Parts: sequence; C-alpha cells; structure tokens
Amino acid sequence: MTQEIQQEIQENDISGARQVLRRLRARKSALAAAIVLGLLVLFALAAPLLAAWEGQDPTTYHDGLVNSAAGGVPLGSFGGVSAEHWLGVEPGTGRDVFVRLCYGARVSLVVALGATVVQVVVGVALGITAALGNRLADSVIGHLTDVLVALPFLAFAVALTAVVPADFPRPVLLVLVIGLLNGVGGLARLVRAQTLSLKKLDYVSAARLAGGSSWRIARRELLPALAAPVITYAAVLLPSNIVMEAGMSFLGVGVKPPTPSWGQMLSTATTWFRADPMYVVLPALLLFVTTLVFTVLGDALRTALDPREASRLRVGRAGRAGRRKESAI
Amino acid sequence: MTGYLLRRIAGGLAVLLVLSVIIYAVFYVAPGDPARLACGPRCNPEQIRQVREQLGLNQPVYTQYWHFLQGIVAGHDYSTGTGTMHCQAPCLGLSYQNDQPVTGLIIQRLPATASLAVGAMVLWLLLGVGTGVLSALRRGGITERVLTWLTLAGTATPVFITGLGLLMLFCAYLQWLPFPSYVPLTDDPEQWAWNMLLPWLALALLEAAKYARLTRSSMLETLAEDHIRTFRAYGLAERSIVGGHALRGALAPVIALSAADFGSIFGNAMLTETMFGLPGLGQLMVTSTKTIDLPVVVGVVLVTGTAVVVANILADVLYAVADRRVALR
Amino acid sequence: MSAATSAETSGGTGAEKSRSLVSVSGLTVDFPVGGNVVRAVDGLSFELAEGGALGIVGESGSGKSTAAYALLGLHRGTGARVTGSVRVAGHDINALDEAQLRGVRGGVAAMVFQDPLSSLDPYQAIGDQIAEVYRVHRRDASRRAARARAVEVLDRVGIPDAARRARSRPHEFSGGQRQRALIAMALACEPRLLVADEPTTALDVTVQAQILDLLRELRRETGTGLILVTHDLGVAAGNVDRLLVMKGGKAVEHGPVRTVLDAPREPYTRDLLAAVPRIEVRRPARAASGDEPLLEVTGLRREFGRGRNALTAVDGVSLTVRPGETVGLVGESGSGKTTLGRMLVRLLEPTGGELRYRGHDLGGLRERELRPFRGELQMVFQDPVASLNPRRSIGESIADPLRAAGRLTEAEITSRVRELLERVGLDPHAYHRYPHEFSGGQRQRVGIARALAPRPRLIVCDEPVSALDVTTQAQVVGLLGELQRELDLALVFVAHDLAVVRQVSDRLVVMKGGRIVEEGPADTVYERPQHPYTQGLLAAVPRLAPSGAAALAGPGE
Repeated sequence: MTQEIQQEIQENDISGARQVLRRLRARKSALAAAIVLGLLVLFALAAPLLAAWEGQDPTTYHDGLVNSAAGGVPLGSFGGVSAEHWLGVEPGTGRDVFVRLCYGARVSLVVALGATVVQVVVGVALGITAALGNRLADSVIGHLTDVLVALPFLAFAVALTAVVPADFPRPVLLVLVIGLLNGVGGLARLVRAQTLSLKKLDYVSAARLAGGSSWRIARRELLPALAAPVITYAAVLLPSNIVMEAGMSFLGVGVKPPTPSWGQMLSTATTWFRADPMYVVLPALLLFVTTLVFTVLGDALRTALDPREASRLRVGRAGRAGRRKESAI
Repeated sequence: MTGYLLRRIAGGLAVLLVLSVIIYAVFYVAPGDPARLACGPRCNPEQIRQVREQLGLNQPVYTQYWHFLQGIVAGHDYSTGTGTMHCQAPCLGLSYQNDQPVTGLIIQRLPATASLAVGAMVLWLLLGVGTGVLSALRRGGITERVLTWLTLAGTATPVFITGLGLLMLFCAYLQWLPFPSYVPLTDDPEQWAWNMLLPWLALALLEAAKYARLTRSSMLETLAEDHIRTFRAYGLAERSIVGGHALRGALAPVIALSAADFGSIFGNAMLTETMFGLPGLGQLMVTSTKTIDLPVVVGVVLVTGTAVVVANILADVLYAVADRRVALR
Repeated sequence: MSAATSAETSGGTGAEKSRSLVSVSGLTVDFPVGGNVVRAVDGLSFELAEGGALGIVGESGSGKSTAAYALLGLHRGTGARVTGSVRVAGHDINALDEAQLRGVRGGVAAMVFQDPLSSLDPYQAIGDQIAEVYRVHRRDASRRAARARAVEVLDRVGIPDAARRARSRPHEFSGGQRQRALIAMALACEPRLLVADEPTTALDVTVQAQILDLLRELRRETGTGLILVTHDLGVAAGNVDRLLVMKGGKAVEHGPVRTVLDAPREPYTRDLLAAVPRIEVRRPARAASGDEPLLEVTGLRREFGRGRNALTAVDGVSLTVRPGETVGLVGESGSGKTTLGRMLVRLLEPTGGELRYRGHDLGGLRERELRPFRGELQMVFQDPVASLNPRRSIGESIADPLRAAGRLTEAEITSRVRELLERVGLDPHAYHRYPHEFSGGQRQRVGIARALAPRPRLIVCDEPVSALDVTTQAQVVGLLGELQRELDLALVFVAHDLAVVRQVSDRLVVMKGGRIVEEGPADTVYERPQHPYTQGLLAAVPRLAPSGAAALAGPGE
C-alpha cells in the first residue's frame, strides 16, 4: 500500500514535453531543420579542429593569392579555391574563407543564443512583475515597454556602440544590446497579458482558495502555463537576433576585426560582388540557412505546443491595438 | 473620439519625453567625454576646456538636458570663438564634425529615406496582403504549400542578402539596371524610380513575406468565425463573403502590425541605404556613429523614435475606426 | 426508434412532396478526425409537414446540430461525408450545385444560430447585413428596396425605432435584440422553413420567453415550418408539435410532443425526462443544523472601475447563512450573483459593508491574513474545463489545500485524496490522471473533491451544473445534496436555472441589479412570490407539463 502510494507520488508530475517532442518529430521539415541545425552547431564548435584539419587560420594574410594589380581579386577560379583553401580566399587580403566561415558561425550562434536568454529572462521578469505587482509597478513597466517598442532598435543599437568604451568586450556588448533592445518590450507585453488572463482563470482562483502563497501559485499555476507562449516567442526572436548581429556587423559596428563574422564578410562582399561572386554566395547561404532552420523549427514548435496559440500569438504581437482587441472581445 | 485622441497624443508625448531622457543619459552622461569628441583628436586640454564651456558641458546634467529641450522648442544660441551662432527651433544641437545644425542635416537626408520607405511600403502591402489572402483561400492546395515555403524563406532572408542577390542578378549578371545611385524625385522622376527599384524590392520582399504570413493566419481565423458561417447559411457567394466581410476583420491586425513594426522597418531601411549607398537617415546614422558625432546620432534616434510613436498612435486610431467594438479608452 | 421508422416512407414520390416540407431519410454524417472517422449522425430519418414544428432534442454529442446543419447543406466543403437523402421543399439538398444551394439557403430555409453576437458581422450595420442577404435572393430588388425590407422585418420582430436601429452595429444591441435581429434576417426572404439551433440558450430566462413567443407568433402568421434544435426539453415542450429524441447520432424516439413527454416508450427518453429538474416539485423540508449564523454579511458592496466608468455590481446586500443549510442565489445575467458569491469566499474584496465569518470580519483582510480561514470557505466553479489546471494531475489539484496547510505527510495526503475521489464517485486510483481524460461531469466531481479536501464548513457553488448535460446535472446535484447531509455543510448555490435551484435550496435569495429583491424559505418564494420581478422570472421558466404551468401561475396551493 505505502509502496503504491510512493509510486503515485513520483508519477505525479508527468510533463507535456515528451508529447511536444513526439509531435515535432512527426513533422519532416522540423526533423530536417533539426539535423541541419545540429550540423551548423558542430561546424561552429569544431572550428579550431576544422581549421587545423585544413591547415589554415582565420587571420593570416595571403598576399600572394590575390591579384593586387586588379585591386585584390583572388587568383584562380571560384574565388581562389584550391587544395589548401577549400572555399577560396578573401578578396583583398587572401585570408582563408572556410576557416573564417567556421569562426563566423561561432559569433553568430553565441551572440544570438545569449541575446535570446537575456530577452527571455528580462521579458518574463518585467511581464510578471507588471501583471502581479501593484499599480505603480504596472504603470512604470508599461511605459518602459512602450519606450522599448518605440525605439528604432537597430538604430539605437548602432548608436550605442558609439559611446561604449573600446575595451568593453564586443560579443558581450552585442548580447546585451540585442538582448535588451530587440523584442523585449513585445515579450514583456505578451507575458503580462497572458499572466493577467491566467490570473482570471478559475483554477488559479481555486489555488488561492487552497491557501497557497503567491509565490506557490506563480510557480505551480502560472509559470508552467507561460512556458508555451514564451518558448514560442523566443523561437521567433532567435532568428531575428541572428539577423540583428549580422546586420550590425554589416554596418561595421559588430564584432571587431580581425574576429570574423558573416555580416562583416557580406559587407566586404558588397564591393566585390561583380569580381568575386563566390565570396557573396558563401556567407549569404550560411546566414540564410541558419535563419531558415531556426524559423522552420520555431514554426514547428509553435504548432506542436498549441495549434491555437500560434494564431493568437501573431495577433498578440501586433502591439497595443492587437492587445486591446483581445481584451475587448 | 477627440478625448481619446488627446489622451493618446499625451501618452505619446510622455513616451517621447522618457525616450529623450534615456537617450540623453546614455549618450551624454555615459562613459566618454563629449567635449573631447567634439574638439577632435588633436586638441590639448586647454582647448577641450574651452569647448566644454562653449557646449555648456560644465553645467549640471539636468541643466544641460533642460537646455537641450529648450533648444528643441525655442532654438538655441551657440557661442563660436568669434561670435554667436543661432540654431533655429527645433534645434537638436550642432554636429561635432562640421558645426552644422543637426536638424538641417536630418532634413537633407529625409527625402531619400522617405522615397525608400513609402515606395517599399506600397510594394510590400500589395504583395504581402495579396499573397496572404491567396494562400488562405487556397488552403490545402499546392498553391498554399508553395506560398508557405516562399514566405518562410522570405522571412528568413535578411535584407542585405536580398539586396546583394538583386544586385548580382540585375546589375552584374543580367545587366538590366545600373548600380543604383540616388536621384531626387524633384530632379527626374523617371530616373528616381529606376534607381529606387532595387532598394524598394530589397526592403519590400522581406516585409512582404512577414505580412503575407500575418495576413494568412488572420484571414484563416476570421474565416472560421461564426458570422462567416451565418452568411454562408444565407446563400452569399464565397466571393462576397471574403471581399465584403472576412477581409475587413482580417486586415485589422495587419494595420496594427504595420505601425508596431515601424521600428524594425527603419532598421531594415538603414541596412538597405547602406547597401545601395542611398543618402538617407540610415546612412547618416551609420557614418555619424563611426565618427562618434553624438548630436547627429541622438538627433536621428529621436526623430525616428518620434516617427514610431506617431505611427503607433495613427495605427491605434485606424484600428479603433475599423473596429468599433474596441472601446476608445 | 420504431416511431422514426414508421414516419419514414419511401422519399421522392410526387404526393409526398406536396405534403411534407422536409423529408430526411437515412442521413449519415461522418467527420474524419485524425485517421479515424467519427459518425455524428447515423441513419437519421424524419419528416416535417408544411407549416409544422419539429423539436430535435438530445444531450451534447447526440448529433442534433449536425443533423440540422445538413438541412442547409452546411457540411459542404468542411471535409464531412454526408450520405442519405435530405429534401427541403422539393430540393434534393445533397444533389444541388453550388448556385442552387445558395438559392435554398436563406431563400427557402433559413437558420437561426445560438450566439447572436458572434453570428453577426461586427463591422457592419445590422440593417445592411439583412439588406445584403435580401438582395442575394431578390436579384431585382434595388438597394433602397432592400434597406426598406430590412427595416420592415426588424420592425416585425419588435425592434423599437427600427429605421434608426437598422443603422446600428450588433454590439450596440442587447442580447435579446440581437437574437431578434437574427430572426429578422431569417424572415427577410420569406423562407418556408426556419431551422433554429439552440436559439435561446445564450439568453436569460425572461428574454428566452419573449423570443419563444415571437417565434410562435411569426409561425402562426406566416405558416413557416420550424425545426427547433435544443437541449432543453422545456423549451421544446411548448413550441413544437412533434419531438425527435436523439442519442449518439440516432433517433431514439419520435412522435407527437405530448405523447413523447407524457408516455415515453424508450428507457432513454424516460431517464432523460426523469433527470429534468421540475420547478413545481417541492423539496423535503430541512432545517439548518444551528441557529448561530456561520456567515453574515451586511450592506456588502462591490464596485468595479473608478470615476465615470464605475459599475456597482453588488449594491448593499445583507444576508445570513446558517450551518448546514442551502441558500439558493438566483438572478439573471448582470444581477451581481456571481460577484456576491466570490466575495463570500473572499476571492474578491468587498468595497464596502461587512463580511463576518463566525464572528471574524473577513472583509478587509489581506491575502496572508486570510490564509487561516481559506480552508473553511471553499468554492465549486462553473466551467469544468477552466477550473482545473490542465498541466497538473487531478490528484495534485485536490491535494493542493492539504499541501498548503502543511500538516499532513505525503502518504497521508495521498490516502486522503483517494478517499475523496472515492467519495465523489471517481476511481480512487485516478490520482495521477489529467483533467483532459475526464468528462465534464467527472471534472465537476474532481472540483467538488478539491473543495471538500480542507474540510470546509461552507461551499459556494457558482453555477456548478450549468455547463453539464441534464442527466449529469441531476447526478452532480444529487451528490452535492448527499455530501451536505453527511458533512453538515452550508451551501450557497448560485445559479440562473430556477428549477435546479429549487431542487437543492432551503432558502432562496433573488437578486436583480446588484440588490436582493426577495428572500425567504424556498417553498414560499416559489409558490407565493411577492415581488413582481420574481413573479415574472418564475412565469418565464419553460415547463414540461402545460397543466403544471397553469397551476403555478395561480396564487398558491
């Protein structure tokens, strides 16, 4: 009898995670995207190994491999592809493209993931505080999110890099700037709205009648219900963070040279697209595939978590007016 | 209605005020010495002291901020070594680089950005809403599958990749178009349009994909509503149901998004301008960031922030007019 | 079943077409769900004579609405598979092409839906919507004529100042007026058949009575046939001449309404009728188990919003609940009964007045200070879906108050939960099962078990059975009564359904506009209502037996 009870206690908390995973696996596109993502992560993690295997490094100039008379176009076909340089060399400098792409993947993924973590932590904290806190907290956070949403964030992020001391580590700066500016306001609004509507649900009232503390109610009844919409929103933010990082590098305010990044490579490529198309195609393709993979996964996750949530979220993201529509009906 | 408008405008002004405080704090008070920046790299301490006095940087921060606000409302007089120089309201300060009023610099750059944004917006709304409606109506067919993947790929393609792709295709490979260079509309409308074509496309394709996805989900949601069923049950043809009843409800969140998204659109416009060398606000922003020309940076951020706030109010009002159920609170 | 088969004749002969307006035979509707096929309607056959009225009744999932939708071919394009024959006014619905079918919809047969708010386009004036429908079926009508017709039918269904109101949007109408407008739309093209799918379910009982009167009057005037789909046997009883009882997609019994209601042949029909709460039946008298009031409120108030938008939901209510008694709290929507119920257990804070529980003033206490009292005042909620956390096992939900109290060990908690599950009639081993594995009635039992867990003295039941089917309703109400006697519980039973309330209440409180209009022993209030509002409310309740209604309208027994 007691053993049976013990078992029941242990079995109490069966999460829906397994179910979601099963539904994800059932979608072919999601499966394919996950495999490609795995390869990309491997590509980034193994950057030093891959560099050693090719026998190149990301920063050495190879002046002999570019035609300095023609302005620095790589010698040879397809942007200087050879047995030593598998994907050719960079126009102008002759640095190895393959290794630079490997290291660029690191920057892209680390910054995007880091920024997403910042967004989720800050957004959820702001949203919950606004929904559960007093009137003052709600109004202060409300204005803050309004300002955050009103900010032209890429412009502001670019501007910020102008005043931050040069010795501040760039990847950290990028994580913070993108994390705090891109989408945090929207996420906080979403979490607030969700929490407020959850708070009205009868099962939350029942938990109050059970005499639990506010923290207990938040942890048991609210946070688990918030997981799905927050994960879904984060899945939308992640590819957008990748694009933000690439965009900032493209504008020349991303990671500092000589650290390689895809956005920077694309920025250089704008002047070379006639002479060395290969140099445009490679980083563009990688960046495209990375964002596509994350977008496909995010889409699949959204439908796997809750098919109805998907449409509601998109409307919810439409901002103030969208939010008001929901509350008015 | 008037009361609602006034309240929204007051709210917008409050947001702008907070925004200006944040921006002012970040850029003028945060690390770095504006006087040193303003004076240039080869200034001796004495010159820096003089500049500091000229710019009023030796006064307390709140006084400085007050002067900044005063300048916006009533203009500001600057003492140059020889006399005073009047900066007309709305004065956003003088550029560190060439001592010109920031307001003037911004106004100079406005036409290019406006050309880009307005043209692209027309394109992406037509493309996006059209595609979205089509794919919602052809649900389950091959058209929908193709459109779904196209729009998915579209949202995953950063604007600078689209731009590079268009350049390579139309300028390098097909050679149908010259590399774009900005021609003001007032000089030669035909040349203006030809030169803006690629930038418009680059910016519009990304946004169109986003809008197509939103329109599709919103349309599907509306088509599932009860009142659509009523009109089916009363013998209305599918065409009049979609055109007369569903479209209106479906487009409401699209309107809301178009405003809430203004911030990110400016970011993409900035990338597009840099890519195609358009002399717009984005380009001004990037060059001023690189030269750490703070007054210009702050000015551009404030102006774009204002645009976002105004767009948000407009969207709310439009939304309220479109959807009378929304109480004007 | 036998009645249905006898009514069925070989469809399609000329003589029959002239006689019957609707002729359905062997109708089967299958919905593909995942890889399976769900059969919603299974070989249904019935006839409706020109100008006749047929009630289709059944519990949720019986296929009654699905069958009604098939009459207008509304399953087309949804993926459902419809077989069998459906003839409406000589049209073979399943064989018509799109354009012909559109002609039938609204022109020959018109549908009235359940929720009038969502069934109308929120962006368009009501008159325009009706005019648009009119012009679909009367191609030659001018815009002006169509608009005039819209005003005419709106006026006909009793919308005051119809010419002006035709320009208003649906949200500017009250619930009853919206349903009138929807009926006006149905009338616009003078159809020969009205199909009404739960037309009054979303409405208050007095408004329901008005809408049913309107339908009756219109039928008498125009000779339109009616198919009335409803879960409420009382609504069907007074408004149709034939009745079709459905269960699991099949016809169980079919015949003249009085025959089916007074002498049902099938056991299912008998069970269904036995479960219907009767407003005219007395409850065995019971007295409170103590004189000392358990809960005493005086001048209780609650406002929502501030300033100009302030709304007073409860306006100075005084009331006493004694141990072991049941107080029925009735009123229509907006009467403040739910707000009052939530204040009694302090889920809501009163904005004025006094709330004393066994001598302690709970009115102004903070959440933390309330905790010692929480276990003694519990609540059973209306919506069995929303009242259980879908992510937690039902055992965890029931154990919640026990855990929060922190006095029992894990093993003690688990065995107490088992005991509670068993007490409310569920499998004691269901601890780690999730809410979605249970039916609505079972979930409501879980909700009751959760309320019982901390051994409360008072339970506020907020519309505990209004979301349930009538047979389930009877079981849950019965369970509550048993528990009350056994545990000496005081119950406050909040509901809009006066018949259900009569089954359980010792005393009755009638609310309107945030105030109590009448209060007294249940039998007295039901049999000799003093306030005109209570009298109106009681008169509006639809009854199964026509004779009983007459007796009750009188001054008493």
